[in-house]
Amino acid sequence: MYDQLNYINVSTLLFLISIIGIFLNQRNILVMLMSLEMMFLAVSFNLIFTSILLDDVTGQIFSLLILTVAAAESSIGLAILVVYYRIRSAITVELMTLMSG
Amino acid sequence: MYITVITLPLIGSLISGFGGRWLGRYGSSILSTTCVGISFVLAILIFYEVGFCGTVCYISLASWIDAEMLSVKWGFLFDSLTAVMLVVVTSISTLVHLYSISYMETDPHSPRFMAYLEIFTFFMLVLVTADNLLQMFLGWEGVGLASYLLINFWFTRLAANQSAIKALVINRIGDFGLSIGIFSIFYLFSSVEYLSIFSLSPLFQNYYFIILGYDINCITLIGSLLFIGAVGKSAQLGLHTWLPDAMEGPTPVSALIHAATMVTAGVFLMIRFSPLIEYSTTILTILTLLGSFTTFFAAMAGAFQNDLKRVIAYSTCSQLGYMIFACGLSCYNVSLFHLTNHAFFKALLFLSAGSVIHALSDEQDMRKMGSLSQFLPITYSVMLIGSLALVGFPFLTGFYSKDFILEISQVSMNSNLNDILGNIACWLGSLSVFFTAFYSFRLIYLTFINSTNSNRIFINSIHESNWIIILPLFVLALGSIFIGYLARDLFIGAGTNFWKTSIFNLPINSIQVEAEFVSINLKWLPFLLSMLGIVIATIINVITKNFHKNIVFYSFFTFLSNKKWYLDLIYNRFIARPFLDFGYSISFKNLDRGFIEIIGPFGLSNLITSWANITKQLQTGQITHYLFFMVFGVCLFLVWINLSYHFLLSVTLYVVLLFFI
Repeated sequence: MYDQLNYINVSTLLFLISIIGIFLNQRNILVMLMSLEMMFLAVSFNLIFTSILLDDVTGQIFSLLILTVAAAESSIGLAILVVYYRIRSAITVELMTLMSG
Repeated sequence: MYITVITLPLIGSLISGFGGRWLGRYGSSILSTTCVGISFVLAILIFYEVGFCGTVCYISLASWIDAEMLSVKWGFLFDSLTAVMLVVVTSISTLVHLYSISYMETDPHSPRFMAYLEIFTFFMLVLVTADNLLQMFLGWEGVGLASYLLINFWFTRLAANQSAIKALVINRIGDFGLSIGIFSIFYLFSSVEYLSIFSLSPLFQNYYFIILGYDINCITLIGSLLFIGAVGKSAQLGLHTWLPDAMEGPTPVSALIHAATMVTAGVFLMIRFSPLIEYSTTILTILTLLGSFTTFFAAMAGAFQNDLKRVIAYSTCSQLGYMIFACGLSCYNVSLFHLTNHAFFKALLFLSAGSVIHALSDEQDMRKMGSLSQFLPITYSVMLIGSLALVGFPFLTGFYSKDFILEISQVSMNSNLNDILGNIACWLGSLSVFFTAFYSFRLIYLTFINSTNSNRIFINSIHESNWIIILPLFVLALGSIFIGYLARDLFIGAGTNFWKTSIFNLPINSIQVEAEFVSINLKWLPFLLSMLGIVIATIINVITKNFHKNIVFYSFFTFLSNKKWYLDLIYNRFIARPFLDFGYSISFKNLDRGFIEIIGPFGLSNLITSWANITKQLQTGQITHYLFFMVFGVCLFLVWINLSYHFLLSVTLYVVLLFFI
């Protein structure tokens, strides 16, 4: 039981680290995307661990699905980034304030 | 006959008011005068039946209000008191109507004027014939309304508007007291009918209302509240300021309303409620004091007025004071006797003043008159009769009532009564006799005898008015001479049974018999004082015209008295103005447009806008800030789910969050 809880703790820790990574990072959008990927990873981990824990395959199917989605998402995100860079020739997060209220 | 006397003026008023366009000037005048004249004849018959034959008549027409305990009927009570008032009101009203036909001849709105005069007569008749307080109040408010309409008759004049509003508002202060009085009577007696109230009032002699922890004798309280009404209507000191200003109306109006009828309503109320106020010594004392102060004050203020009508108005105020303080000495029949006599000679004075004003092309300032005795001999002689009656010249009308009031007040000095307040009233009343004589003859001198100060143009066109104006003057002059002598034994004669139950007098308060045995010197006193007044007026106006003007005290006194003791100014500055300021700056600006607006529509919309601005600024455009709020929101949601078991805590959390924003 300990082991299983540890697994869940690890994945939660990974999730929190990625959140902190997003928060603390003020400049680089690439780091943000990386943190986002790490979030997906943590969620996938969590699903896999729980599927093993509950002896149910649905969690693994979901994690596979998430991997696919994450890959698609990061590709789209990077594409948007490239387009943005082409226009603004900078990807500093602080300068992206066109949509202020 | 009994109801017709009331309804005739109403019918006449409606016809001449609404149909004036078709009836024309003379049609409506003649119609209304006829209506009031017939009702005068009927009033005489009623006076004969009720007064002489002793058949008190009570007519109950229909139910007016019928709700649980409260049952008010349209009832008419014709007892001696009512009969006297009926004769007074209808006779003066008829003569004034007749007078107005000619006086208002050139006025474009004379049908309206006649309608107003008649509606006034109708309301006055309702007032005096009512058998319950509510119906009396209808007449009471009605004469107030009619007085507003009549003072404001020339509605294009600003001064007329102002004084009409003043009359109505100041009367309304008294009406407020009166209505509270009616409420408390209903609370105490569970009835507003005179018969129930008067037969029950001895039982409540020692009954107390507890108000804010104080025991207040209920009879005293009710009497005081009714007296507040009488103060307003009868222009007693305190609420008297409307009466002199009411002279802005046409002169017949002043004669009808502000001399003979409307102002007597307050005195009538006091006399009518004699079975109630007899049981409270306090209220009788209040009546005596306030009445005598009114007498004295008004007589002094009238002494140096320069407006012809205003002098007579102050004289009215002064005489009303006499009536009230005769009531306070519980000689109600004397008070009513003076009321009757006063109606005749005061109407005479006003109508002859109107004749003078008419002859002088509407000049009212006495300083611009003079030597009219040669141009207007008839007016001069009737006005002299009126003035002599007013000052109580022996064997004229005023002598029989006014001097008797003073003799009664002398009785209060008797050692067994030991009435100090009565003493004050006696002295003030006696001094007022002096001032009454002074201003009456000052008026006569300035208007008729002194050399003229008028323009030649006016002098050339002076003429005596036609017979329609002269006739009422003549009748009233006869009344002023003979009424007092003829009615003396009937009204105040020893042991007269004319009043029957309409006036009640506790034996312990009765001092009328003692008044017959006042020492001869005291009986001469009022006459001597009035002669002194006449002599001083003569000295000032005839013998030396200038010496008194050098006396500082005299000129100061004249000035002060001419300015009505600055009471109007004091009222305006310390009562009316603060109230208006309060109304504008506190109720209007601070409350209505201030506080309520801020917590209401205006403040709320402002708050929402400002909050919207603040929340708008949260969207900085920085992705990191958005991320922060997203994560913060998710965390908050989780927290809320956990706290939903503790409702209060979650609500608090939300409130805290709101303030963050």
